[in-house]
This record gives sequence, C-alpha cells and structure tokens, in this order.
Amino acid sequence: MIRVNNLNKSFGDARVLTDITVTFEPGITNLIIGRSGSGKTVLLKSIVGLHDIDSGEIWYDDVLFNKLDFEGKKKIRREIGMLFQGSALFDSLTVEQNVRFPLDMFTEMTQEEKIDRVNFCLKRVNIINANKLFPSELSGGMKKRVAIARAISLNPKYLFCDEPNSGLDPITAILIDELIKEITEEYQMTTIINTHDMNSVMKIGEKIVFIHEGLKCWEGSKNEILNTDCSTLNDFVFANALAKKLKSGS
Amino acid sequence: MLRILEELGRYFLLLKKVFSKPEKPSIYYKQTMQELVYLGLNSVIIVAIISFFMGAVITLQTAYNTENPIYPTYLIGLGCRDSIILEFSSTIVALILAGKVGSNIASEIGTMRVTEQIDALETMGVNSASYLILPKIIATLLFNPFLTLMSIIIGILGGWIAGTSAGVITSEDFIYGIQYAFIPYYITYSLIKTLFFAFIITSVSAYQGYYVEGGSLEVGRASTKAVVRSSLLILLFNVILTQLLLS
Repeated sequence: MIRVNNLNKSFGDARVLTDITVTFEPGITNLIIGRSGSGKTVLLKSIVGLHDIDSGEIWYDDVLFNKLDFEGKKKIRREIGMLFQGSALFDSLTVEQNVRFPLDMFTEMTQEEKIDRVNFCLKRVNIINANKLFPSELSGGMKKRVAIARAISLNPKYLFCDEPNSGLDPITAILIDELIKEITEEYQMTTIINTHDMNSVMKIGEKIVFIHEGLKCWEGSKNEILNTDCSTLNDFVFANALAKKLKSGS
Repeated sequence: MLRILEELGRYFLLLKKVFSKPEKPSIYYKQTMQELVYLGLNSVIIVAIISFFMGAVITLQTAYNTENPIYPTYLIGLGCRDSIILEFSSTIVALILAGKVGSNIASEIGTMRVTEQIDALETMGVNSASYLILPKIIATLLFNPFLTLMSIIIGILGGWIAGTSAGVITSEDFIYGIQYAFIPYYITYSLIKTLFFAFIITSVSAYQGYYVEGGSLEVGRASTKAVVRSSLLILLFNVILTQLLLS
C-alpha cells in the first residue's frame, strides 16, 4: 500500500501539486487521471522519488519514503517497477539484456537462472522470439510490453505506469491495460497508472483519482465516475464526441 | 557570476555522485571495458592520421622557415620532436578528442535523459551518475595516455617520412635531431597534461548531457556546449599545468 499525505510540489514559483492526500491499495489498479499538464506525471514521479517534494508524506507500507536518505530510498526502489511513457528501454541493450539488467544489477542469480527469469517475464507479456532484437527494431506495443517485462523482472511490490498506452492503437492499448491488470492481481502489487485515456478508465479503473490543476478533485471507481456531480470531471469524462452522444442518448 | 558558481556547484555535486561506491563492481568493470573500446580504440585511427600529417607539416614548416646556414639541419628533427611531445600530442589531440569523444558522451547521456532512460535507472535504485559516467572517466584516463604516446611516435614518424621524402633533411640528421638534448621529463609532462585533459573532456561532457532538459534540440545544444567548454578548459589548464610543471 502507498499513502500520500498533504503532498505539495512547486517548480520555482509555479505550484504544480497542492495538498494531495490519497491511498493506493495493493492488488487493484489505481488510476490517476486528468488533463495534460494537470500534474499527474509530477505526482507519479514525486511518489517514486524522482522529484523532491516541498512538503507532505509518502508512505510505502510502513516506511516514510520521502524522509529516507539515498541508500534507504535505494532499498525501496528495488521493490519498484516502473513503466515510462516512452518505454525508456536502454537503446544499446537487446530485449533480453534490458529485462536482465535489474537481475544483473541486484541479484546473485546464475546465468541460467537469469535467462530462465528473462524468458519467463517475456513470455508473461507475450513477447516471443525477440530476445536478440534491439529496442529500435520493436513496435510501440512491443516496447511497452518489454518495458513491463523489465519492470516485473525483480517481482516488485509496487508498479508505476506513466501513460502506458499513449501512442498505441486502441486494440494494443487494451491489451496493455489488461496485461497490467492481470499482473497486478497475480502478484498483488500496488499499481498506480497515470492516464488520460477513458477507455483505460472504464476497462481497468478499480480506484480512480482525478487531478485538476494540481488538486485532487475526485476519488472513486469506474462505476461511480459516470454519475458524478463533479463538473470538471464530467467535462473530462465526456469530452469526446462519442461520450457526449452516449450521455445525451441516455 | 552567480550562474557560474551554481554550475560549478552542480558539477562538483555530480562528481560526488559519480565517485560514490559502485553498486556492483563486476558490472562497472564490464562497462569500463566497453567504454575502452567506444571511447579509446575507436579514436586510434583518427589520432594516428592527424598525428602523422601534423608531424609531416611541422617538419616541413620548420625546414622552410629555418633555411639558414647558421642553423644545423638536425634542429628540424629536434623542433619536430619537441613540438609534438610538448604541445601537439597532449593538447591538440585533447582538443580533437573533445570534439569527437566529448560530443559523443554529451549526446549519448543527453538522449538517455530526455528519453527517461536515466529516470528508469534511478527508479530501479541504480546510481545513474556513477553507472553512466564513472566507466567513461576510468576508460579515458586509462586509454588516453596510450593515445598520446602513439601520437608522439606516429607524429615523429610522419615528420621523418615527410622530411626525407621532400629532401629537406637527411634521415641521419633527423634521427640525430630527435635524439639531441632529449629531456625525458617532457614525456611525463605530456602524460600528466593528457590525464587532466581526459578528465576534463569526460566529466564536463557528461555533466552537459546529464542535466539536459527538453528534447533533441537541447541534446544538440548540450553536445556543442560540451565541446566548447571542454576545449576552453583544456586551453586554460594547458597554461596552468605548463606553468606548474615546467617553471
């Protein structure tokens, strides 16, 4: 479980996040939604410690993460898997080497054990016969899946996904969403997903947090989101023409 | 002034991160070996070609500018040797490497920054500064002295071939000249300068790449800044080290 209490973050004079308090539960897909520039990515990167926060608390289970020193944070980070918006695969490494990287860095496994683990993770995300390919030779969807394989290679307790289906076609996007949900349930991870894709929200949004202009405006589930009286959330949810039509039809 | 101090502070903080204890020495060893190839071996040909032709030109220019019966011709060999050892093989080769290796390092690390690969390393709990920069610094510190020694040998060889082929000096005179009044300390001086310059090229270029913000345009700018700043620092330290080591 991850708890965020009264988190504030500014860049210079620009206030990006204001007094965010939220709890993310394990075993379910927690979604942070909001418009571009609303502060979703900053919140996610603050939670993983890539941004130092101005004030507030970030708890990983019973550990106060933001007060830890560099070495303390490193221990927690080894339990974190993260999927970045652009996949962030290492260009100079093959698919196999990318997935093996955390194993090489942090485990004392033998070569055979590492290869077995790599193949298991790649198979889990449906990547077959691509071990020797470089990221530049992969499609967008394959890159995301390899990035997921790398993120889960150390069996993380926490999984963070920053816009996992951005730049993907709707069918591949759904496959990625389903994969993340399956993995979350299978390993009982605390998964936090940043997205502005309403398909994802309606497909896998078990817990949804809506951020608008750096403030948490709403919290609920996919069943509640369509009947909310939060006007900014309604504007966001029913922004596209199809959703508007469906709403007016119903 | 405040900006310069801020940048200096950030540079030294980065160096502190770079020289912290490596997570897994075996991985760093492997990385260092790879960097020896990328940054060292891949520079051998360009350094060899430039050294050969510079040695040739130095010899010919010395010969044509000292056409005087008072000067013994073996001084052409001596001039070629000292120019190459004292200045060309350390400083000029370092400036060439600042262009080749420096821009390579800045653009590689800068691209990793803007494509979130450095964030990925940090999220995993890897000290990204140390993992990416330390092997490069070690590789250049180990390999650049060899490049300097190779450049000295090839430069003098180029001078000898050009001088004798053009008929401005006999082979005996040239060889006598390069042996005449030889001060072995000049080699040490050249190698000490090389080590300083290798550190400047790698650390300054890595610093420029590591703190890139934005996209591909900024990576290009960082690459240019890396070359310009490394070159200026090389020239500055050339003066300082010469005063300290030769006075």
